[in-house]
Amino acid sequence: MSPQPLAESAGSLVQSVDWLAVAPPLIAALVALAVLVADLFLPEARKAVLGWISVAGLAAAALMLLPLLGGDRATFCLPGTPRACSYTADRFTLVVQLLVLGGALLAALLSITNVDDDRRRVPAGEFWFLLLSSAAGAALLPAARDLATLIVALEVASLPAFALVGIRHGDKRSSEAALKFFLSSVTATAVSLMGVSFVYASTGSLYLTQVAQRLPHTGGQLHTLAQTGVVLTLIGFAFKTAAVPFHFWVPDTYVGAPLPVAAYLSVVGKAVGFSGLILVTVVAFPSYADVWGPALAVLAALTMTAGNLGALRQRATRAHSAVRLLAWSSVGQAGYLLVPIAAAGYARDPQKAIGSTVAYALMYAAVNLGAFAVAAVVGRGRAANRISDYRGLYATNPLTALLLAFFLLCLAGLPPGVIGLFAKVTVFSSAVDAGLGWLAVVMAVNVVIALFYYLQWTAVLFRAPEGEAVRHRVPAPLTAAIALTGVAGVALSGAPQLVLRFAATGLF
Amino acid sequence: MIDINESVMQFLLAFVVVGPLLGAAAALLPAPPGLKGKSPEQAVLRHGVTVTGAVLAAAVVLALGFDHHHPSRMQATTDISWIPALDVRIHLGIDGISLPLVVLTALLTFLCALYSYFKPPTGPSPKAFVALLLLLETGTLATFSVLDLLLFFLAFETVLIPMYFLIARWGGEGRTRAAWKFILFTLLGSVVMLLGLLLIGIKAGTFDMVALATDNGRSLTASVQVVAVLAIGLGLAVKTPMWPLHSWLPDAHTAAPTTGSVLLAGVLLKMGTYGFVRILLPVAPHGFRTFAPYLAALAVVGIVYGSLACLALARRGAKGDLKRLIAYSSVGHMGFVLLGIATMTPTGVNGALFANIAHGLITGLLFFLVGALKDRTGTTDLDTLAKETGLALYGKAPRLGGLLAFGAVASLGLPGLAGFWGEMLSLFGAFSPAAGLSRPAFLTFMAIGAFGTLLTAAYMLIVVRRVCMGAAEETPGLADGPGHRLADVRGYEFAAWTPLVALTVVAGLWPRALLGLTDPAVHQLLAGGTR
Repeated sequence: MSPQPLAESAGSLVQSVDWLAVAPPLIAALVALAVLVADLFLPEARKAVLGWISVAGLAAAALMLLPLLGGDRATFCLPGTPRACSYTADRFTLVVQLLVLGGALLAALLSITNVDDDRRRVPAGEFWFLLLSSAAGAALLPAARDLATLIVALEVASLPAFALVGIRHGDKRSSEAALKFFLSSVTATAVSLMGVSFVYASTGSLYLTQVAQRLPHTGGQLHTLAQTGVVLTLIGFAFKTAAVPFHFWVPDTYVGAPLPVAAYLSVVGKAVGFSGLILVTVVAFPSYADVWGPALAVLAALTMTAGNLGALRQRATRAHSAVRLLAWSSVGQAGYLLVPIAAAGYARDPQKAIGSTVAYALMYAAVNLGAFAVAAVVGRGRAANRISDYRGLYATNPLTALLLAFFLLCLAGLPPGVIGLFAKVTVFSSAVDAGLGWLAVVMAVNVVIALFYYLQWTAVLFRAPEGEAVRHRVPAPLTAAIALTGVAGVALSGAPQLVLRFAATGLF
Repeated sequence: MIDINESVMQFLLAFVVVGPLLGAAAALLPAPPGLKGKSPEQAVLRHGVTVTGAVLAAAVVLALGFDHHHPSRMQATTDISWIPALDVRIHLGIDGISLPLVVLTALLTFLCALYSYFKPPTGPSPKAFVALLLLLETGTLATFSVLDLLLFFLAFETVLIPMYFLIARWGGEGRTRAAWKFILFTLLGSVVMLLGLLLIGIKAGTFDMVALATDNGRSLTASVQVVAVLAIGLGLAVKTPMWPLHSWLPDAHTAAPTTGSVLLAGVLLKMGTYGFVRILLPVAPHGFRTFAPYLAALAVVGIVYGSLACLALARRGAKGDLKRLIAYSSVGHMGFVLLGIATMTPTGVNGALFANIAHGLITGLLFFLVGALKDRTGTTDLDTLAKETGLALYGKAPRLGGLLAFGAVASLGLPGLAGFWGEMLSLFGAFSPAAGLSRPAFLTFMAIGAFGTLLTAAYMLIVVRRVCMGAAEETPGLADGPGHRLADVRGYEFAAWTPLVALTVVAGLWPRALLGLTDPAVHQLLAGGTR
């Protein structure tokens, strides 16, 4: 169990790198640097170009996923057999990278308008640099197959996010949110680093597959250490998914952050947490399934209940109630996303269960970003962005209102949001399949609670406007974002198989 | 009756299901040139009539082309894979059980659209109204023609949002609360139902209703069947509604607009009982047998409870609302349907299916009539309407009064009208329930049910006396002014109601037309398999 002898690793220090495989995160990182440098040379009036460069960079990174579809690629491998690699581009990686880069792309589209509107207080160059770096980290994470890379990727994804939350100059709420986010996140990271070190100490390896092989055979005196390590590592990732009791930062952070950043966190931030959690549980610690299975099941039940009850408490007339509601609902949705991972702890075929999480996350990403995009439109006219501000949206912007209604019903999981319904069905079916009947019932009750607030918001859209109705002007980037998410949602509703196929086959 | 090519039949059924959905989308678009009509409102209402009319025509042709010699065979079937990941197939088909319901749905929706064309609903723009009506039609028609459990669930859920908005936007007093109660109750029921459907699908390895029915529960263990029947039954029972899960129904009916009430009573409630017959009886017979006595007991409690509630509402000074009264009478009528299903005998199930259709026709008619009464007098409050002596509708609007009396006696189950056969067959079924069910218990249920028919007769006759009869002198305070005659039945009202009256009489005098369709299908369903 000792680390590799020095001589052996020294002999192969120079490795060949599969540049194509690492292209997606790499392009995002390079464009980030390019934007930072370009910012120095661009006059104030031309800063808007930076946004479009970033969007193009993210699109290019996402396009680089195409040549990888052919088959599994891996790089940064240990020499010899069995092969253990730090970076693997398998199906799971590609799907999550698509989710992350697509989510970042949409968040970037929202940001273009936002940065432009808020240019006094938001430094453009820094903003785009931070967004792209975070996206690069998030794209790296699902490909990471050793614990060190995993933690590094996690930090690369989170550290810029703290800065993004607090990026608005002179905004007290923004800085406070950033601090809250930062402190709780750093504590969690420290805890999981400690866990990783314990796991390393007891298994002698950082590679997930090797950890998985060696964990069941740890010696008697190391057993406790390994157990503690597993638990601590999981805690760190649970924070990223905003699972109870690590969810309290979410509403304040979302409200304090610029709206596109909140959208980014709600989708990409969650994807980071989930892919990390999936890798740690299913790939690295399968032998501890009897520990993390029940723990995650309880966590899922608590998270969805806390999130939905929190969302239920929101008053429509309170300032920022729309974003606050989306924040709490994202906590509730995180609970649903946890269900299949918990089920994987019980199932004979854990990969199939994991697929349900991925499928649900794809659906959630599309419709949640769509809802945020509409919120960004309304937020431009009404700074408070209360739910009551959406009253009469159908009268002024019919298509936007219909799409928001569609997104909300997808989140609620009711027709005409067919994809939302079937995504929930896969999650339910993974729970029923694993024999987690009680969790399925808790989730069923939660679905009903969630319908209440989603439908309340939907109903507001179609009521007669109060006073004089003001038509919201929709700038081109926001139109593009709403159109993209709308088309995705409608297409998926017609052909749910597009995302649900991940729930039927193994991803690794 | 007429020979129609099988692929034409397939197309017709697919059109019946998808047509209204496309129509709903089209209703939201601006009217194309040439179809603009007098005003946008008129154009969109006409669009609704056209689409529902086309769907009705397709449904009628479907019924004509249906092979009446083999009603137990699934016909006009389409079977396409849709979501392989979840094993969901677009499997459509109709047999003798679903065909009458499909035709009834298409008919009632068309009549509602026709009625709304001449009497636009009071509320926001009719554009959304038509779109929602059509979406509702898609959901209900799909429920009756899909043969895949998950697709059934999708169709079952599709009706929730349109009905919610129909009540919440075009309803009367207390509509917001009623709409919420409706959607939350039914959703809570249906998500629990989903769990049961998934349990069956996962344990049996297929979601296909035909395959599951042929299997007849052989690949499901007893405990799985019991749990699944409990979960699915709960969801269906909320929809039906079964006492004590009925409390959303009176509120929803009272608040809903006329067309909403007609469709709610005429079509939506049938989705629950149809699910019992189509899914629970053949797929999990063992589990169903476990719960059948309880279901029957709750059903007869519902019969008596509904009747007593109606009697209380019909009393003078009780401030009873006519719509609420008819809603409670629905609880009673659906009790008969559930009792018939719970006997697990061909007689009982046939009776249940017959009562289903009869209730759709008669209660649909009654809600239309009460809606018309409300238009004329501005209220449905029985005390305000009847005052001391009675509204004397026979004197003021003889045709309307006559129709109301007709609806009432049909509803109480007068022999010769549609309401009679279903209730009688259900009680017959309870007289000798299926093997394995306690006969004494069912005999008791039968006796209580029979007593319920007496109560039904009592309150219906009270209603007729208070509304149709009475002293013909001044009845001040009504919208039409003191003592004035009320407007009698108008042309479009005749058009909307005549089919219902005619079918009620036909079904009453010639029950074979319906029973000939359902009976072979029911026999096969109970014996296992639908092919």
